[in-house]
Amino acid sequence: MSAAAAEPERRDRTLSQALFRYVLRLADTSLVLGQRLGEWVGHGPALEEDLALANLALDLIGQARLLLSYAGEIEGEGRDEDALAFLRDAPEFLNVQLAEQPNGDFAQTIVRQWLIDAWQLEVYGGLAASADTRLAAIAAKALKETRYHYRFSSGWLVRLGDGTAESRARAQRALASLWRFTGELFAADEIDERMAAAGVAPPLAAAAERWEARVVADLGQATLARPERQPHPWHGRRGLHTEHLGHLLGEMQHLQRTYPGARW
Amino acid sequence: MRAAQPQAEVDGRDASPAAEQGVWELLARVPDPEIPVLSIVDLGIVRYVRRGGDERLHVGITPTYSGCPATEAIRAATRAALDAGGYPQAAIEEVLSPPWTSDWVTPAGRAKLAAFGIAPPAPGGESSGAPVGCPRCGSLTTERISEFGSTPCKAHYRCNACGEPFDRFKCI
Repeated sequence: MSAAAAEPERRDRTLSQALFRYVLRLADTSLVLGQRLGEWVGHGPALEEDLALANLALDLIGQARLLLSYAGEIEGEGRDEDALAFLRDAPEFLNVQLAEQPNGDFAQTIVRQWLIDAWQLEVYGGLAASADTRLAAIAAKALKETRYHYRFSSGWLVRLGDGTAESRARAQRALASLWRFTGELFAADEIDERMAAAGVAPPLAAAAERWEARVVADLGQATLARPERQPHPWHGRRGLHTEHLGHLLGEMQHLQRTYPGARW
Repeated sequence: MRAAQPQAEVDGRDASPAAEQGVWELLARVPDPEIPVLSIVDLGIVRYVRRGGDERLHVGITPTYSGCPATEAIRAATRAALDAGGYPQAAIEEVLSPPWTSDWVTPAGRAKLAAFGIAPPAPGGESSGAPVGCPRCGSLTTERISEFGSTPCKAHYRCNACGEPFDRFKCI
């Protein structure tokens, strides 16, 4: 094959590699957050909230399954959703670091959820119009679910923030500890830029502005103070994680690692 | 009996509109595993039964929620019903777009839900603001306890007239 003929093919291959990583980032964020929420099952502060967190977890893991299956097809090396979920190590996970942060108390779980729900509203909202029809279909479905996730988490944010002295202090503390991870949500890199240029993903700058406006309005309603912007250079979307992800994967992957190929 | 038909005849019949009607009737007897009074046709998740370019029948099924644990049970039950009904060649396809909406629950399905004690979804999907009637006493003075319930498709309500808690099929 001549060099001229090989060039478009090489370009396509790297575009599909970029798409693979882009889809994995979305999938892993949903998967890791879903796994975290699953840790609440049986431990919720009230039965209704226990059920709510489990329902959110189910939706997120369902979204992750659709996205991981697609990622496996893009990669074309025979890895299915299970291989991608259970047989990758922490540096191969591309979720945002916010998703892997521990549950902490109920306030910390709610603040983490609310920040990510508001982010997924923008991401899935933009992807619903993606030039990639498979991603558009997954996003349109996920968007419907994200809307009620956000109603749940923003509703609790307001009740905690504008609640008792104790709930307010806990919400403000959670915000202080999690805010530094929000910079990563809209920090565009070359993969985001390629996806936006190809019409696959929404441009992140406009999405970031809408997210910020929404978050600031919710904080106002919750009578919570917005923390200062804190630089945080390590990005989960590049495979750099906090120590918490390894522990989460240890539990999530234990069965498949110990009994490879085990099935229900 | 359909199951006794030789393969060639099954394939031939698969291709006729009557076969498509037969498959709809077959699927109307496949219950939803979590709300067994509803069939998968009542639920509005069977999107099409049609003959493809390959002469096979294609059955399109859409999930209600991304993470609904019943999705795989529904697929297995649909496969079993098609096999037993004489359509082993029929292909089952997952349809994601457009996403399922509670507006696709059929009128018959809504009546079955109400009779079963689950308040049916109001038309208008997630933007519906219609008052929710108690499935036991009919009162409209009800309140939502939680937007979530025992399955992804249900929310938890209470009737302020008769005092009974009840499930409501979520509007999405």
